[in-house]
Amino acid sequence: MSEPADPSALSDPTTPRPTTPRPTNRRETTPRPTNRRESSRRETSSRVRLDVNGVPRSLQLDHRTSLLDALRNAIGLTGSKKGCDHGQCGACTVLLDGRRVNSCLVLAVTVQDRPITTVEGLADGERLHPVQQAFLDRDAFQCGYCTPGQICSAVGMLAEADAGWPSAVTRSVTGAVPDGADRSTRANDLDAAEVRERMAGNLCRCGAYVNIVPAVLDAALARAAR
Amino acid sequence: MRAFGYERATDREGALDAVTSSPDAAYLAGGTNLVDLMRLGVATPDLLVDVTGALSNQVQATAEGGLLIGAAVRNSDLAADPRIRRDYPVLSQALLAGASGQLRNLATVGGNLLQRPRCVYFTDPTKPCNKRRPGSGCPARTGVHRDLAVLGASEHCIATHPSDMAVALTALDAGVHVHGAGGDRALQLDELYRLSGDDPSRDTTLEPGDLVTAVELPPATALLRRSAYRKARDRASYAFALGSVAAALDIADGRVRDVRLAFGALAHRPWRARRAEDALRGGRVTDGTVAAAVDVELAAADPLPGNAFKLPLARNLAVATLTALAAGAEPDAGTR
Repeated sequence: MSEPADPSALSDPTTPRPTTPRPTNRRETTPRPTNRRESSRRETSSRVRLDVNGVPRSLQLDHRTSLLDALRNAIGLTGSKKGCDHGQCGACTVLLDGRRVNSCLVLAVTVQDRPITTVEGLADGERLHPVQQAFLDRDAFQCGYCTPGQICSAVGMLAEADAGWPSAVTRSVTGAVPDGADRSTRANDLDAAEVRERMAGNLCRCGAYVNIVPAVLDAALARAAR
Repeated sequence: MRAFGYERATDREGALDAVTSSPDAAYLAGGTNLVDLMRLGVATPDLLVDVTGALSNQVQATAEGGLLIGAAVRNSDLAADPRIRRDYPVLSQALLAGASGQLRNLATVGGNLLQRPRCVYFTDPTKPCNKRRPGSGCPARTGVHRDLAVLGASEHCIATHPSDMAVALTALDAGVHVHGAGGDRALQLDELYRLSGDDPSRDTTLEPGDLVTAVELPPATALLRRSAYRKARDRASYAFALGSVAAALDIADGRVRDVRLAFGALAHRPWRARRAEDALRGGRVTDGTVAAAVDVELAAADPLPGNAFKLPLARNLAVATLTALAAGAEPDAGTR
């Protein structure tokens, strides 16, 4: 997927990073001054390094900027969608450290240098990710607005299932405890009830669930076959 | 949203130091509740102190044979932890009954304990609310209160605590480790929460600056291993509880040797049903004995027209969960 050559005015990659790091950006463990009451003015923006789909970026961001707004407005990756902006609809779902999260509830300044994958970063060149292909094959969308979030969520969810994570409808959380190599909740064991529960954080107002569930099950089987 | 400073704390002392630098500062962990409240205008910090790098994200065995859960452990990691699933299944089930997969990947144990009520008046800055703006009044008693408290409510506030996890931890007799101005201290989860009383602005007994650093589980026992969580809600998934129950049961020769029972979504705090537990000990577990024991607990209830349904709901949840535990099976997972 193409990405804009020039991020928005909020960011200026040509500006060198400050030679004296601000306290807000410090990651080392140098003790800070104990009496911070003397600092009457506090910075409300920071230079933030974001690693999006393998491309490092340096952006000057107001601390209020959500990861979703940074992706859409500052970087120009508009695949991730803003539905509710309250963590209720899942349209903004991206992968952070490989795990699915609501990017609307993540402040961009908190995820410096951690790998972020958006729907634009899932395909391998022109070859779609198996979950993307399954959504096409199953016609698993109508208007398409929730689809990037559904797809990113499914990618994260299948990895969770492969790791043996149970869900609220897994028959027994104790029976499914990983015991050596015997894990009873791998992706290829998922059924429709498991997919519905595990994908409950993604709402579709067109009601395309009847095709989304089979698409995710297809992708689970494709994953198991690989 | 008010503009704010951001600092990343690397240890608990630094976190406390930073958060006490402004009366409007707040700790930030997963952000799933706080960032939303900031966007709504309910929370207006001028400084966020990120504590995810200052707190443990590990679950470790304690010398006593229990588990110490770092406050930065994510809900999803805790729910999937094999030790939790094997020895404290009620906790894993409660976590999995809460929120969505995406939110559980962000939300931390400490933040889950300290999440704010979801009362529609509390979350709407245009409405009066004694919790958000002390003295402004509470429209909930005569307004929308279907989700709100039936036990221990005050005239000033009938909000409920929204956490599922905290209900399970209450049944497990979990402890909470806190770092504050006086150093480190430990308290029982029961002592962390409070009723709204005449100061609904406070959800907990914590003092300003106090930082939850860990949750401690007691050693696993046969009682705690036979435990379950059951939640009733308006949707099959991804909704706050209308009522929930965390229960543990130890039975010998058909009689209750020990029992734990806690309710969620009924009060300003997770509600440990000690009167019901006392009534159940030594007796048999039947639909009738459990219902009678729960009615002892609910005798003090003060339901409103819109939420009186919570009393039979709580009774039925307890009956279903305890009779299923007595039968040696987990409750039907599909209805959790």
